[in-house]
Amino acid sequence: MTLGDAVVSALDALRLHKLRSALTMLGIIIGVAAVIAMVAVGGGAREQVVAQIRSLGANLLVVTPGNITQGGVRLGAGAASTLTDDDAAAIMKEVPTVQVTAPFLRGSTQVVAGGANWATSVYGIDLGWHEAREWEVEQGRAFEPDEIARGAQVALIGQTVARTLYGGADPVGQELRARNVPFRVVGVMAKKGQSTFGQDQDDVLFVPLPAARQRVIGRNMTNARAIGSLYVKVRDGESLADAETDVKALLRQRHRLQPNQEDDFSIRNLADIAATREASARTLALLLAAVAGVSLAVGGIGIMNIMLVSVTERTREIGLRLALGARQGDILRQFLFEATGLAVIGGAVGVLIGVGVAFGVSNAAGWPLLIEPQSVVLAVVFSGIVGVFFGWYPALRASRLDPIEALRHT
Amino acid sequence: MPVVETDKLTRLYQLGDETVRALVDVDLAIEAGDFVAVMGPSGSGKSTFMNVIGCLDRPTSGSYRLDGELVSAMDGDALAAVRNRKIGFVFQQFHLLDRLDALANVELPMIYADADKKLRRERAKAALERVGLGTRLHHRPTQLSGGQQQRVAIARALVNNPTILLADEPTGALDSRTSVELMALFQALNREGATVIIVTHEADIATYARRVIRFRDGHVVSDVRQDTPADAAAELAALLAIQEAAE
Repeated sequence: MTLGDAVVSALDALRLHKLRSALTMLGIIIGVAAVIAMVAVGGGAREQVVAQIRSLGANLLVVTPGNITQGGVRLGAGAASTLTDDDAAAIMKEVPTVQVTAPFLRGSTQVVAGGANWATSVYGIDLGWHEAREWEVEQGRAFEPDEIARGAQVALIGQTVARTLYGGADPVGQELRARNVPFRVVGVMAKKGQSTFGQDQDDVLFVPLPAARQRVIGRNMTNARAIGSLYVKVRDGESLADAETDVKALLRQRHRLQPNQEDDFSIRNLADIAATREASARTLALLLAAVAGVSLAVGGIGIMNIMLVSVTERTREIGLRLALGARQGDILRQFLFEATGLAVIGGAVGVLIGVGVAFGVSNAAGWPLLIEPQSVVLAVVFSGIVGVFFGWYPALRASRLDPIEALRHT
Repeated sequence: MPVVETDKLTRLYQLGDETVRALVDVDLAIEAGDFVAVMGPSGSGKSTFMNVIGCLDRPTSGSYRLDGELVSAMDGDALAAVRNRKIGFVFQQFHLLDRLDALANVELPMIYADADKKLRRERAKAALERVGLGTRLHHRPTQLSGGQQQRVAIARALVNNPTILLADEPTGALDSRTSVELMALFQALNREGATVIIVTHEADIATYARRVIRFRDGHVVSDVRQDTPADAAAELAALLAIQEAAE
């Protein structure tokens, strides 16, 4: 029997019992669809996280003012302005593995330019910002050192703000007002896209840190040198963990904390976050593989079951084929092809449904869709292997039938 | 030269503690072009004889040559090839595949001979025309009468030009008139040169054969040549004439 004849014959047999074939495939279909969809969605989500962490800037520590305890009352994170410009300068000076620090203050305000107005985030930054965040000025210029030092009323704007306030016009040299304080726009930042938390990072206004502190956000701050948070960029190739330890020790010393006192700041390490996400992605992948394995095994057992039924039902056909000159190998192949056909068609349908589901989910959630061709190929090939594996025993039973007995079977 | 030649052919079965002697020291030779009826009551060994002659079963001892080849010494796959090329089976229950049309059913043996599709079609069509079903190529077995189904089965048996046509109670599931029609077909095929071996327990059917071999308890008890066998075609014509006269 030629390969082509065997394939045609197997498909014919599957077509004969359409409902039964479809139900038998269901196990494989669901398993493969679930895996393809989850891998695609998970891959897309992971890709997005990686991209976002990268967009925040690599090798970055984020230092935020932490909880302090005053007379037994614990205040929440950020409640007190325990971080200052001087902390930033000291870290820069005394921790050799630090490349740059970027202290900043963050708030929100209404911005007015001409007839247009817009509520946006306002950041007070210093020169370290661009290097730490790897975020450059695209149009115009950055702040001058003396503008930072004296808190000049100059501003850099994100692309969303530029578009909203000025439409197509060139914003550089224009004036805008934030909290009634006039600022002159000196530059427009490069496009940054969405943040890890889904915010539009380009919807932003930057002013020199002292200007923000004195005129826009920090007017009622108790500490005149307080900052909101601090980015610490560690030199390439240096250990982020070591730098974190050094920064922590330095800050504890500067804040005169006793060994029994908790930190009044907290340090987050973006690489750690990334690693955690990576690890959970790996766990997820393992879990997926387990789910896939189980559902394929269940599907495979379903196929085996139906093939055994089919062999019994078709005992006379097998006897006839043997009498007409089929070799044992021909019968084995015929039933193996049927089982494999069930599995592979199930796998292919599962891939289609999985891709469809992934497409729908990623559309609804706004995630990018990442379907790796190798995972699709793997799913189909693996289904085929399941078919061969679970089809083998029924096929072997069919091929070992005695033709005389089989022909007599009622 | 005989196409079937057995020497001390013996087939024993083990049934629990008992040894069933289905065939014992059977020496037979069947010449090419003969028309043989194998008869005997159930348990006589005629079915075992047919299974061994048809290469579905192997003798316990003794030898069997088919068309000069010592098939009793062959393994499973070689026997399958012999069945495919040299033996055309016709069964009491027809054994057609309901999901295939007549043409595809007749093509089945050629699939295992790896014949190409076009040749298969042509030869299957010719075989169906030969048995008088040229107009029912695409009917499924369920759309055909019993006699027609058995004709399809005969076409299937003929399609690989076998050395022997081996029929096991071919008329067992048919009414007497259809049986005569079918025997006329076998006789016609025999006149064209086919070697026909029919296993039957019906004496009527045996009258159409040129040679009648009777089995009992695993032995050949008689082997009679009939020089003037009954002519099924003539009987059929007579039957029709009577029927017409009655109408």
